Amino acid sequence: MNPIEKKSKFLSLWRRYGIWIGAAIIVCVLPLIFRSSFSRTMLSQMGIAIIFALSYNMLLGEGGLLSFGHAVFYGLGGFISIHGLKWVSDGVLPIPLELMPLVGGLGAVIFGLFFGWLATERAGTTFALISLGIGELIASSALMLPSFFGGEQGISANRMTGITLTGIKFSKQITVYYLIAFWTLVSAGLMYLLTQTPLGRMANAVRDNPERAPFVGYDTHRVRTFQYTLAAFFAGIAGGLLAVNYEIVTAETIGHIPSANVLMMTYIGGVGHFFGPVLGAVLVTFMQLSLANITHAWLLYFGLLFMGMVLWAPNGLAGLLMLHEPVWKAGLMKRLLPAYILAALPALVIFLGAMLLIEINYHLSLSIDPTAPLKLFKISFSAQSPLPWVVAIGLIIIGFLFFRRAARRVNQSWQEVTSEMKKGASG
Amino acid sequence: MTATALKLIDVNKSFGSSKIINGVTLEVLSGERHAIIGPNGAGKSTLFNLISGFYPVNSGRIELKGRDITNLPSHQINRCGLSRSFQVTNIFPRMSVFENIRCALLWPMGYRYSFWHLCGRLKKVNEKAEELLAKINMADRRDIPAGLLAYADQRALEIGITIAGNADVILLDEPTAGMSKSETGRAVELIHSVTEDKTLIMVEHDMNVVFDLADRISVLVYGEILATDTPGSIRSNAQVQEAYLGKELA
Amino acid sequence: MLEYIVFSIINSLLFGMLLFMLSSGLTLIFSMMGVLNFAHASFFMLGAYFAFQISKFVGFWPALVIAPLIVGVLGALVERYGLRSVHKYGHVAELLFTVGLAYLIEEGVNLIWGRNSVSYKIPAILDFPLFTLFSTDLSAYRMFMLVISAGMFVVLFMVLTRTRVGMIIQAALTHPDGVSALGHNVPGVFMLVFGGGSALAGLAGVIGGNYLITEPSMAAHLGPIVFVVIVVGGMGSLTGAFIASLLLGAIQTFAVGIQVSLSDVLGLFGVSLKPSGLLKDFLRIQISHTGPILPYLFMVLMLILRPKGLMGKRES
Repeated sequence: MNPIEKKSKFLSLWRRYGIWIGAAIIVCVLPLIFRSSFSRTMLSQMGIAIIFALSYNMLLGEGGLLSFGHAVFYGLGGFISIHGLKWVSDGVLPIPLELMPLVGGLGAVIFGLFFGWLATERAGTTFALISLGIGELIASSALMLPSFFGGEQGISANRMTGITLTGIKFSKQITVYYLIAFWTLVSAGLMYLLTQTPLGRMANAVRDNPERAPFVGYDTHRVRTFQYTLAAFFAGIAGGLLAVNYEIVTAETIGHIPSANVLMMTYIGGVGHFFGPVLGAVLVTFMQLSLANITHAWLLYFGLLFMGMVLWAPNGLAGLLMLHEPVWKAGLMKRLLPAYILAALPALVIFLGAMLLIEINYHLSLSIDPTAPLKLFKISFSAQSPLPWVVAIGLIIIGFLFFRRAARRVNQSWQEVTSEMKKGASG
Repeated sequence: MTATALKLIDVNKSFGSSKIINGVTLEVLSGERHAIIGPNGAGKSTLFNLISGFYPVNSGRIELKGRDITNLPSHQINRCGLSRSFQVTNIFPRMSVFENIRCALLWPMGYRYSFWHLCGRLKKVNEKAEELLAKINMADRRDIPAGLLAYADQRALEIGITIAGNADVILLDEPTAGMSKSETGRAVELIHSVTEDKTLIMVEHDMNVVFDLADRISVLVYGEILATDTPGSIRSNAQVQEAYLGKELA
Repeated sequence: MLEYIVFSIINSLLFGMLLFMLSSGLTLIFSMMGVLNFAHASFFMLGAYFAFQISKFVGFWPALVIAPLIVGVLGALVERYGLRSVHKYGHVAELLFTVGLAYLIEEGVNLIWGRNSVSYKIPAILDFPLFTLFSTDLSAYRMFMLVISAGMFVVLFMVLTRTRVGMIIQAALTHPDGVSALGHNVPGVFMLVFGGGSALAGLAGVIGGNYLITEPSMAAHLGPIVFVVIVVGGMGSLTGAFIASLLLGAIQTFAVGIQVSLSDVLGLFGVSLKPSGLLKDFLRIQISHTGPILPYLFMVLMLILRPKGLMGKRES
């Protein structure tokens, strides 16, 4: 190969695998930059959430199946793995720790096949409700079967079983993080490859046109069932990592809270692009861990964010980013940035006002002593006086008025940019 | 004696109390190009839906190449060798043109529900897809999302997907609906070339297309077959003229 | 034994009627607009909370009228400004909008009334035993509930069959596409149906909230059961929803009194196992404790045996 051929081969390899190599490097380096135990815990949780959200998108984004009960496989994977850990400690099964998530995944597959077959007969709203019912069925039976689900306390085990492939003891969080990171990369890679297989493509086809799919020879029910089963597999792996990470699994893991969480996470990140759920998982995990300590109201903020995405950005964060891809390629980003900055400021003002209102109300109704002063951004004030209310409402109104003007400016900029790109394309 | 590709024997279909298909008996010969014409509401689309398994019949039999396919699920009927296009364009809008065609090849070429093959590496499939793309003259638009194509191109793609899979009995439901004269001409040429060694049954309203393509015509009125004959005989059939053609040509 | 059966029948009827009050509104909205309102049970909860708040000021009877109205108006506004703007993004987005709404309503209730239950009590005037049967009292309030829900059905039936709007709604139930071709003020009818359905849910909340417990998680508890009713009854069928509501009401109510487990049953046949672990748990489950899972078990069975539901018609 002459140098030019070599270079183009290198570039094409780089284009294909570059992202994955880059991701692997970032993932390895992150805990060395963020060294606190809080950060490393958060990074570990992000890894698990990424696998879970990607598996969920196999259903929603790739398959067009909105499931309200995906945590069933997450939780079952977790419970199977934690029992597995106990069996290893008891000397019954010599499974190395590194492969424990696989055990969770394979266990979840069996349930995935059964429930998938039942649930995917119909798509759309009916499927969503059936998934909800199955989720509630399993979650409700958790308390009735304490030997498997552990009742109120859940099941605990020790991950330092002494049986490993690599000889690492896995006593420190950072070692667990690297195990999680490994599985995250492998799972994400596999799930990406799946989208390029006949099953993956037909799952897309069935999503887009379930009427047409039989006339290219495919049984839509089976396509959906297989897609569902594979999604359950990866959710089970995430559950297995959860078991290894926390060394305890409770009935909550199988309930509607993680099911709702993964739905919101994936949707916020964006269902139309492969990396969307990754974004959503990282962002939402970050929000959950950081905000939960700061404010009572973080669930409300989370709900508002989700609602905002549904109303104004249904393609999620990934969709918003990719919207700018052609603009970036045409080199016109600098045209949009000023308008964005102009709009960001009043948006921030509105947010501050809303935040003030929310925090005041939470303080008044949920804190132990509502008469005690509320502290926001180092400013202390009484939640019961009318002044903060006035300030909050004022901020919202003023912010809204300026935002409207700025939004018009953003629209204008976009129109300019779009017409320029059209000219560039035809010129 | 030529083999029979498709046979309907006394097929009946009612929706609630309205009888849409009333004792239809029809035989389409292998390699034939057969058109079904009739006024709106005669039941032509319903007939297609019955043949392709979208609706169950109330009574009667449908045989494909001698095999009973009455009330079989659509995907099984397709695997037996029957393929159809739709009146309202029914492609995979979010996939590229190339991927649309490739999807139609996966099952016939044996890949089934495989999640261990990578579509990009399936040489034979990709080659066949390129061939088909060239056949429908869409090779230059292979990477465009199908939903963004012009209407006539979408119809061409629709036909492409329908014939991709080696089905030898092709049902085309109003393939030239909504097309301009020149687009219709191109569509007819395409249909002619892709159904050369296959059996074609089509529903059409455009009489010029029908007389251009069809070896035989069946006239469906109020769910019953009024007549089945060669185009010339149908043209001069007084009953048909009164019921349908007369109004068209007048 | 007879006492148990008679009271279980009355309680099943009560619970079943409550379920039908909720599932009928949901079915109407779903049939008409193709969107499943995940926040329907949240409107039920709002009805209860509003009634609680209003009755603290002016008593129960005005609350009975005002609270459902407020919820109805809220529903209409949600349709007009929320649902309608998401409509263009498709059914999934609409469903997710209602999911987000349910989430926000629950958080809002948490915020305003706190995380614990509120003491929304039965009005004193109705809090007396109407009559005594087999040494157990039948409270007058339960009679009242039956009367209100029966009255609601009659009104619903009359509206659907005697008024012009009712005709349009009926048409939409079987031929949803035809409605838009009819030239009626379809957006207006949509708003009416959504608001009306929500008001029904609110009314159910007003009379049910003090019968059950009024707490922020009541929507999350009752919601899934209502959805099971819809799936079991057949999506989009009012008759199916009616039968399924009564059926599920009966199953749950009767089960509560059956203190029997599988191992007891096996014991009757002289089989005595000494299992351990999971099997032991399974055999020891008393039917009286299976309340939470029965609706879902029933749904799964229905799916296996008769996927279309009891009277299944419309697919979304």
